[in-house]
Amino acid sequence: MTQLPAAELLAARHRFRGWEALPWVAGIAVFFLFPSYLAFGTQVLVTILFVLSLDLVLGYAGIVTLGHAAFFGTGAYTVGMLAMNWGWNEPLSGLLAAALVSGAVGLASGFVLLRTRGLTLLMLTLCTMALLEEASNMGSAWTGGFDGMPGLTFKPLLGLFPFEQLSFRPQYLYALAVLFVCFIVVRILVHSPFGQTLTGIRENLLRMHAVGAPVHRRLVTAYAISAALAGIAGGLFAQCNAYVNPAVLGLDRGAGALIVLILGGYGRLYGAFVGAVAYMLLEHTLAKTYPTAWQLGVGLMLMAVALYARNGILGLGESLRRRLRGDTGR
Amino acid sequence: MDLISILLGGLTSGMVLFIVSVGLSITMGLMGFVNLAHGGFAMLGGYAIVLSMNKWGVPFLPAVAIGFAAVAAVSMLLERLFYARLYRATELDQVLFTIGLVFVMISSVTLVVGPETQTLRLPDWLRGQTDLGFIKYRSYSLAIIAAGSVLVLALWLGFERTRFGAKIRAAVDNRRMAESVGVDVGRLFTVTFAVGSGLAAVGGGLGAEILGLDPQYPLRYLVYFLIVVAVGGLGRVTGVFFAALLIGLLDFVLKIEFPKGGTLFIYALTLGLLLWRPQGLFGRRGG
Repeated sequence: MTQLPAAELLAARHRFRGWEALPWVAGIAVFFLFPSYLAFGTQVLVTILFVLSLDLVLGYAGIVTLGHAAFFGTGAYTVGMLAMNWGWNEPLSGLLAAALVSGAVGLASGFVLLRTRGLTLLMLTLCTMALLEEASNMGSAWTGGFDGMPGLTFKPLLGLFPFEQLSFRPQYLYALAVLFVCFIVVRILVHSPFGQTLTGIRENLLRMHAVGAPVHRRLVTAYAISAALAGIAGGLFAQCNAYVNPAVLGLDRGAGALIVLILGGYGRLYGAFVGAVAYMLLEHTLAKTYPTAWQLGVGLMLMAVALYARNGILGLGESLRRRLRGDTGR
Repeated sequence: MDLISILLGGLTSGMVLFIVSVGLSITMGLMGFVNLAHGGFAMLGGYAIVLSMNKWGVPFLPAVAIGFAAVAAVSMLLERLFYARLYRATELDQVLFTIGLVFVMISSVTLVVGPETQTLRLPDWLRGQTDLGFIKYRSYSLAIIAAGSVLVLALWLGFERTRFGAKIRAAVDNRRMAESVGVDVGRLFTVTFAVGSGLAAVGGGLGAEILGLDPQYPLRYLVYFLIVVAVGGLGRVTGVFFAALLIGLLDFVLKIEFPKGGTLFIYALTLGLLLWRPQGLFGRRGG
């Protein structure tokens, strides 16, 4: 490999590489090759989008949160409540509403929460999520309370393609398209100067303050954008599955997204893809037959990752590739 | 319900919260380690206590002692083997490790004992009611209140009056400074971690009647234990005590007055409080 000058290397970082088409080719191939797995495939796509939004705050900005499901749930409930209470069931504008509401919640909560760090921040994000979960339980006249909102109906996509609860064909393509658009947005963001600032804040907060970066404003912006993306994922979940329940706001979903991201490798964009596919495929095949052993396996994996392999599957792949090339340097 | 019985009921759950959470507060204050598995130690202790009573017929008090000793030993082993390697790791790694540990604990208990709820069979001398003169109340609740009061007094004395307590206070306030004057913070941590987990085990057993005891226990009450610690301030025995009583009382009253969604108020209160004082009600700034 010829050594490019550093400047050229940096300038080339955001260029698309050939292999980056791979996830999308695979996504379309699944549509034609495995028509009976599209319901499962749709769940995977929704999870990828949610985990991608988490990657933006956790992997790039370094904000450790267990409560990101707050925004996923807000998006799901926005779509569900609009459809159930006010008959607003046009899918695309529903997603937009989900993004706006979740983004606003993210902006407001981020503005006050992100002044704190460490354990306090972790607690505050947890409390925000628990607060929203309780609120969804309390306002049962609007939210369906503990039972959630089953049997939601939505208008056909673009007025042409009705949602199908049996085949999931339209939902799958819809989710794939939404994921693609959101992914492009995130990809542009993390390679922009804005994204570089976030990485800087993650790596050395003090230095970023010292060079005069508007740290708090950048963090809040990233948090709000990530919240909006999580809201889109939640809205997508509500539309594709035609129901919403309080579990979308639960600790299980918040912690689950974190686990998927860590498994795939955080701060790498494609970690969300690899992690979600690997985790959900395993869960799909193992969890039904051995639910307890599955949890034991996940637990042991998390402990091992925390102790030894800090960069997930993608990180393992990278170090393996480096070793194959005989490159011993760090 | 009249005021006094509400007060006693709230006090009981507050004491249970205190017994479980106090160790978490001290260890987090000492090392800044985010230990989400603390509730898991409480669950393991609860199982050890309940099972040794129900299966092997061990009397109540020795069973509690067994629970304390077993969990303290297990936690010390885990601390030496794993936790110690993660002191200087990022929060994220600590969160991951401890969540993983919680999963392992939950599934091991489910595999070995089973997913059903365990019930604590009280000895005869703790059943029924005790006449306090002005009110008759459940003997067991009164015993928990008494045990919690004795414990907080003992811990307070230990912290304020012994050399060991002084070392812990010094290390919570400024770890580097304490280390440079010769305090072995690592060993301090191992001991407090074991004792704290042991106390959590006792709390898990004593509180089995109030909080229930099943494999999902550590995740269900995780937020509650963390709230108590965060509100009380890290590494403060008296802080945790007052916070636990406050949260326990509030929770008890709210569950009676607003069975649906009453806990909303606790979360909102915690949010507001932590925004106003990020170091907790009784914590010191920058500790």
